[in-house]
Amino acid sequence: MLLRYLLEKEFKQIRRNPFLLRLIVAYPILVMLVFPWVANLEVKDINLCIVDNDHSSYSLRLAEQIPASGYFHLAAVALTYDKAIEYIKQNKSDVILEIPMDFEKALMRGESTTVMISPNSVNGTKGLFAANYLTQILSDFSVDISEKQLQGAIEIIPQYRYNPYLNYKTFIIPALMVILLTVICGFLPALNIVGEKEKGTIEQINVTPLKKSLFILSKLIPYWMIGLFILTVCFGLAALIYGLIPAGSFFTIYLFAILFIITYSAFGLVISNYSATMQQAMFVMFFFTIVMLLMCGTFTPIKSMPHWAQTITYANPLRYFIEAMRAIYLKGSGFTDLHTQFLVLTGIAGLFSLWAVLSYKKR
Amino acid sequence: MITVENLTKSYGEVEALKDISFHIDAGKIFGIIGPDGAGKTTLFRILTTLMMADSGQATVDGLDVVKDFARIRHCIGYMPGRFSLYQDLTVEENLHFYASVFNTSIKENYYLVQDIYKQIEPFKKRRAGDLSGGMKQKLALSCALIHRPKALMLDEPTTGVDPVSRKEFWSMLQRLKEQGITILVSTPYMDEATKCDHIALMQKGRLLSVDTPERIVAAYPDVLYAVTGDNNYRLLCKLKENKEVKMCYISGESLRVIFHKNNVPAIEGVEIRQVAPTIEDCFIQLMQ
Repeated sequence: MLLRYLLEKEFKQIRRNPFLLRLIVAYPILVMLVFPWVANLEVKDINLCIVDNDHSSYSLRLAEQIPASGYFHLAAVALTYDKAIEYIKQNKSDVILEIPMDFEKALMRGESTTVMISPNSVNGTKGLFAANYLTQILSDFSVDISEKQLQGAIEIIPQYRYNPYLNYKTFIIPALMVILLTVICGFLPALNIVGEKEKGTIEQINVTPLKKSLFILSKLIPYWMIGLFILTVCFGLAALIYGLIPAGSFFTIYLFAILFIITYSAFGLVISNYSATMQQAMFVMFFFTIVMLLMCGTFTPIKSMPHWAQTITYANPLRYFIEAMRAIYLKGSGFTDLHTQFLVLTGIAGLFSLWAVLSYKKR
Repeated sequence: MITVENLTKSYGEVEALKDISFHIDAGKIFGIIGPDGAGKTTLFRILTTLMMADSGQATVDGLDVVKDFARIRHCIGYMPGRFSLYQDLTVEENLHFYASVFNTSIKENYYLVQDIYKQIEPFKKRRAGDLSGGMKQKLALSCALIHRPKALMLDEPTTGVDPVSRKEFWSMLQRLKEQGITILVSTPYMDEATKCDHIALMQKGRLLSVDTPERIVAAYPDVLYAVTGDNNYRLLCKLKENKEVKMCYISGESLRVIFHKNNVPAIEGVEIRQVAPTIEDCFIQLMQ
């Protein structure tokens, strides 16, 4: 009964806060409509510079075939390698392909020959992708030639499971939903509580017989509700715009979402207990959230991190939720496949809740 | 109703309260008079169960502020020095919210707040943050009263309020006292002291004197003179050099002077007459 009045008050305040209201409406839309296009690792329009030392029909064919792939744009043809490096330095090209002299001759004879690929790796990802794409095209090219000469060759056909077209959006969207929940359910209630501290309104509440636990609960419940509502909206948007429908069950997703929401809001509470001002809480929250985001496997695979960093990720609640979300969304994993993630997340949730309760001054 | 025994509280090096003891009878207005930094707010925070003292005891309505804090919270109304109602809720919503937190309703105790609330009722749909200082104060008082507390604790309720509203406020307190509510109020304004039944003069964490305002004034040990001249500052410097002068300070338009052994010297061009000491004079005297 009392909780009803408290919730009524919280919702009134949320409704009257123009900034918060806009954030709650605009943020999920932005995240779902803009971020999947922006947070994209597919590299396109790589500027290619070819150094053709052969000037043969084969080398010409190769030079034509590469831009046809759609990934490359033939930016320049250089006479010498040094000249090509010059282009890289001027940022006019991203990758150099040097075709050796006697390229055609060697191929005609059925001998092997080497070409050199030199990507600009200031942006490591771009360089790596450029080299990979080029290698792929070159191997296609060599297969083409060998077939014509009726020689045996191995053709590799990769089949990408659970994401057949290697669509980056499919991969990033479940992770973006998780990020959304960290903001709505982690940041907002923590800032709200610290805000009451800062304005002094908590003083007036503290002299009433109102139980602390009830007061805190009244702060969390609205954001839990908003978080789950937004998540649902995101499911709709993902299905509508990207045709992305979870392969697994919604029940499992919501189960994990609720667990994660509790974990992260408890984490927010811990921080709010140690902060006196909103600014302080915001910065601390931000610091930890950025660390967790970078170490959760959203943007870079955990397996590519150094060993010590991989060890740290075991304590990161985001990691488990994102793993679970991707598995459910893309692979259609059920609860039984994910019980490790579930148990660990439950453990972290319990730990943070305990900490939040203990660090809260009882009087 | 409220007893305080040997309360001590320090924040690190700073001693906010040093061995404070006093007693407040039920149905009285008890004023704590002292400048900023005297320790008034610390005392309030201990009595309202928001803070624990380092040592000493305090009870409100027979309940210990540490052991029975939960029960005390039912029977006190607190108005902090800083406006701490929800600025984004309306006048009516704030009152309704605090009534429901205490498990009561506006209707039930309306008789208690109606005098005060009637004055802000025309603005009941306005957000509390948009109210003027005087109206905010009336709303805060209404919210502190809505659960019919036995004791009302007001921390500097008149600071930053215009003189007319201040006067009004004190007459509101008188009416609440008639309802049998014990009122503990702090103020830095000496002129408000006479409106209280009992006062405690407080400075740097110590109580200088606790008594009725009349008795404190009556206990003034010296004979006080008002000295009026053309230039108060020059006169002050001159008097301070005079060996006959025990103490002198500026008070309003004139100077207040105490002479050694009550020997009043003749000083040219100034008017000297005996005056009755006020609470402020007592305070200054006690501070020495």
